[in-house]
Order: sequence, then structure tokens, then C-alpha cells
Amino acid sequence: MTNVLLATILAIFTTMALALWRAIRGPSVFDTIVGVNVFGTKTVLLIALIAYFSGNNDLVDVALVYALINFLAVIAVLKLVRQRDLAASREPSDD
Amino acid sequence: MIEPLITLISAGMLLTGGAFAVIGGIGVVRFPDIYTRLHAGGVTDTIAPLLIVGGLVLQSGWHQLSFKLLLILLFLLFTTPTASHATARAAMAAGIEPVTRDRRRASGESSSNT
Repeated sequence: MTNVLLATILAIFTTMALALWRAIRGPSVFDTIVGVNVFGTKTVLLIALIAYFSGNNDLVDVALVYALINFLAVIAVLKLVRQRDLAASREPSDD
Repeated sequence: MIEPLITLISAGMLLTGGAFAVIGGIGVVRFPDIYTRLHAGGVTDTIAPLLIVGGLVLQSGWHQLSFKLLLILLFLLFTTPTASHATARAAMAAGIEPVTRDRRRASGESSSNT
């Protein structure tokens, strides 16, 4: 079972490298956001897997906090990109 | 009798989840525009946590860890589709056009892959 956990951890690392490449390379800012979003989700999974791989059960709490922070960061960055201001209250007249 | 079976199912779920994650990463790198990349990233971001966290829950059984992992899974299943939807909507509102077959042919098939 240790080998299975190790293989899954390596697969997650590969995915994180690919997503980071897209986040650095990405032509528009939304490609960067997609890469960072995939990277953050895989970070949560990686921490949960490392908690089982090393037997250190407290790391699951860290993964839980990461799952919350990741979503808030993506939404905050999207709002900042769209409105140039995190304190804006209303959408400008579009769509 | 039941213990090796649960171990086998858990190993299968973990390896399948890892394979889905890698396929999603390849799609995020190789697809041509933002919407297809979002499709690859968003869909596999939903199925890979489901399989991997499910496999880990099967390993630990009735334990406090299982509850925390199911909580993580619940948050991820709510937040990743919402983040994907918000990203696609923001890209559409920013005026990014999807790459279609006609537009690619009009631009001389120069942007074939990346």
C-alpha cells in the first residue's frame, strides 16, 4: 500500500508541474488562474496523501484549511482582475 | 476476507485518481484556448479528489480522519465547479473568443496546438 501511495503522490507532483507550467506560460491572465486553481486543488490532495504516507495524521487539518483558502483566493483574484478593485460593490454595465 | 478486498479497491481508486489528475494536467498544457483548458482542469479537478479521497477514506475506516477527509471532499465538490464557472464567466466577460474550427482556418492554421 505504501507503493500505491507513493505512485499517487508522484502522479500528483507531475500534475502540479504541468499546471505550474501553464500558470507561468499562459498567454492571458485567465490561463494563469486556471493553472493556479488546478495547482491549489492538487496541493490539498497532496497534503492528504502525505498525511497517510508519513503517518502524521495532523496534516489532514492543514489540507482542510488549504481547501478553504484556495477557493477564496481564486474568487478574490478573479474579482480583482475584473474590477481592478476589491472593494467595488456593483458590476459595471456589461453582459 | 473483506480486508484484502477493501485494500484492493482503495489501491485501484488511488491509482485511477492519480491517472485522472495527470490526464487533466496534460490537457491543461496542450489544449488551444482558455475554455478547453478550463474543461480539462475543471472536470478532472472534480473527479480526482473524489477518487483519491474516497480511496483514503476506505483505508482508514470508521475513524476521525475519515470525517475530516469527507469534509475536505465536500468543500472541494462545492468549490471547484464554482471556481471553474467563475473563471469561464470572467473570461467571457473580458471578451475572449473561443477558438472554433472556422476561426482557426481563417487564421491560416498557424495556432494548431499550443
